[in-house]
Amino acid sequence: MLATSRNFEAAAQAGLANQNLQRALGLARTGFPLRRRLAVERLPEFEALRETGRSIKDHTLQHLDFYLELYEGKVEASGGKVHWARTSEEACAAVLQICRSAGAKLVAKGKSMVAEEVGLNDFLEANGITPVETDLGEYIIQLRHEPPSHIIAPAIHLVKEQVAETFRAEHRSLDPDRLLVEPRQMCDEARSVLRPRFLAAEVGITGANFLIAETGSSIIVTNEGNGDLTQTLPGIHIVMTSIEKLVPTFEDAATLLRLLARSATGQEFSSYTTISTGPRRAGDLDGPEQYHVILLDNGRSAMIGTEFQDMLRCIRCSACINHCPVFAAVGGHAYGWVYPGPMGAVLTPSLIGIEEAGHLPNASTFCGRCESVCPVKIPLPKMMRHWREREYAKKLSPPAYRSGLAAWAWMARRPALYHAFAGLASRALGWAGGRRGRFRTLPLASGWTRVRDMPAPEGRSFHSLWAQQQKSGAAR
Amino acid sequence: MSEARERILATIRNSLGRGRLDARGEAELRARVAAHRRNPVPARATALDERARVELFVAMAEEVQATVTRVGSPAGVPEAIARYLAAENLPAELVMAPDPTLDEIPWNSRPLLRIRRGRAEPEDRVSVTPCHAAIAETGTLMLVSGAHTPTTLNFLPETHIVLVRRDQVVATYEDGWDRLRAAAKTEVLPRTVNFVTGPSRTADIEQHIELGAHGPRRLHIVLVEDGGAARGEGNQGHRGPAR
Repeated sequence: MLATSRNFEAAAQAGLANQNLQRALGLARTGFPLRRRLAVERLPEFEALRETGRSIKDHTLQHLDFYLELYEGKVEASGGKVHWARTSEEACAAVLQICRSAGAKLVAKGKSMVAEEVGLNDFLEANGITPVETDLGEYIIQLRHEPPSHIIAPAIHLVKEQVAETFRAEHRSLDPDRLLVEPRQMCDEARSVLRPRFLAAEVGITGANFLIAETGSSIIVTNEGNGDLTQTLPGIHIVMTSIEKLVPTFEDAATLLRLLARSATGQEFSSYTTISTGPRRAGDLDGPEQYHVILLDNGRSAMIGTEFQDMLRCIRCSACINHCPVFAAVGGHAYGWVYPGPMGAVLTPSLIGIEEAGHLPNASTFCGRCESVCPVKIPLPKMMRHWREREYAKKLSPPAYRSGLAAWAWMARRPALYHAFAGLASRALGWAGGRRGRFRTLPLASGWTRVRDMPAPEGRSFHSLWAQQQKSGAAR
Repeated sequence: MSEARERILATIRNSLGRGRLDARGEAELRARVAAHRRNPVPARATALDERARVELFVAMAEEVQATVTRVGSPAGVPEAIARYLAAENLPAELVMAPDPTLDEIPWNSRPLLRIRRGRAEPEDRVSVTPCHAAIAETGTLMLVSGAHTPTTLNFLPETHIVLVRRDQVVATYEDGWDRLRAAAKTEVLPRTVNFVTGPSRTADIEQHIELGAHGPRRLHIVLVEDGGAARGEGNQGHRGPAR
């Protein structure tokens, strides 16, 4: 997928001004966090599971080469095939080769962020193969030629009127006077339009939430059942996935599954958790004849051993996104690539480079909610800070910002001077703020004062207050 | 692609600052996998006796909009299904898994119930399947594919009816998986294991939860008490447990 992360600032402004987007985000802002909290409160062991989940993923990453080889052997023993792909190009080429070998023209797709990452749909279309997204949200945005704006709710940026408009424009064979007002009607319409496509598709492509090394299995977690139709009806099933999805055993997957749905949608368990191992067996009455796994690296293997390794624990639940005040304000499209929100702010620079995605780790208030809800305890703010450091070291940040920071650092390393200056500045500002106690405009702070007043300091610096308190405390 | 394979593995080892694991290191990891030791499991279901476990299964399944009928014995199943179909205004016509465990049920007792055995076809509206296990923890059904249990039955028809024997109700996913390991004749798993928790749903439009996105709109569970005090009580109505 082509990245537009460089345009974050303009895209964020556009997002803030987009009324439909703001209405749609308003619904998500309260819904997801509330449902997650209720689910977590119902499970006293949730905190212990987070700790276990983290150690399962850490253990697997420390021995990833071993588990990948074990996994590959088991996939082959069950009649499937593993295709290793270093890059998006290699992944797309492997899919195309499988489709061509079967003469496939129509591909049904379950939701896969890895497929988004490699830009699979555009690639298949360019090669004369029609991919049909079958997850309701993905289907809606495919019709609208938009990228997903959220990793588990791809059409979360839309309101129902926009969905109705899209369906009327695209489903032209249906009665133009039909009622299309409530989500129920749109859901039924998508079901009836997509059912024949499931049945006609020669290839089904799904993602994977986890891969089990012990058995060579892939796991998908869905609510709609589209992923299961996708991998049951067509003659070929392709799993688009990446190397960090591995866990050693079913028991390890079970722990992460207990965390996943609760963290994502606040469900106790998603409607469908499906574990697939190889193609149709002798005697089976249904299921695909071929089972392929595309195992994508795309920069992940190089993250191991760096300060960004912990990001590879991510199970794509979206809790960090759902709890992020920046995402809630600007929406997912502003981030300009596949992964939005805090997890995207860390992962995107790792996969496409800090040169492209430098804005993302800066688009954070460092409030820390992302880390506090992460089911595998990824230290997201810390890693965003690492990216900011790298950005600074590579001289990628704007000159004014860099020289300002350099001046501040020079002062901060000279405490006496710093205290004297800070004391002077706060007294001066306190005096200048006058009785109103705030500024409408302030030199060098127009970014702040354009949309709100700047409160004036009350005349004393924190340091001097602290020193005074320590002194009086000692006297007590 | 084998070049890609070697390069990816080499990069991982390089990043980990080591070469391929030695024989002892690999043996340790193989032992960890073979032990498939359980991680901490929530006490919600494991702390319960058999009776409470079944009640928890029913309550959790109903919480996610599955419906449950209880019958005393296999003899009560045909009537329970016929009544359910009538109550939901569905045709008395169904496709059923060709599974021998369903043969003990006296289907002839409801001659108006038209039954086809096999995989589901697009026009089928109602399916009936057995299950491998039922998981109390979250009201989840564990369905396993095989020659007698095609997967299409679980997803194509709008209404899916699942027969659960009381002794199939286990506490956790791990318990269900252990039963699968014990039952497997080979090391290779069945093609598909479906953990099904309630009917199909979506919240993709304005977070509105709608049932029946692509899979079944209705998931109906017929719980066969089979023996004990409940035997012979017959059908007790299709919404919820009789108390």
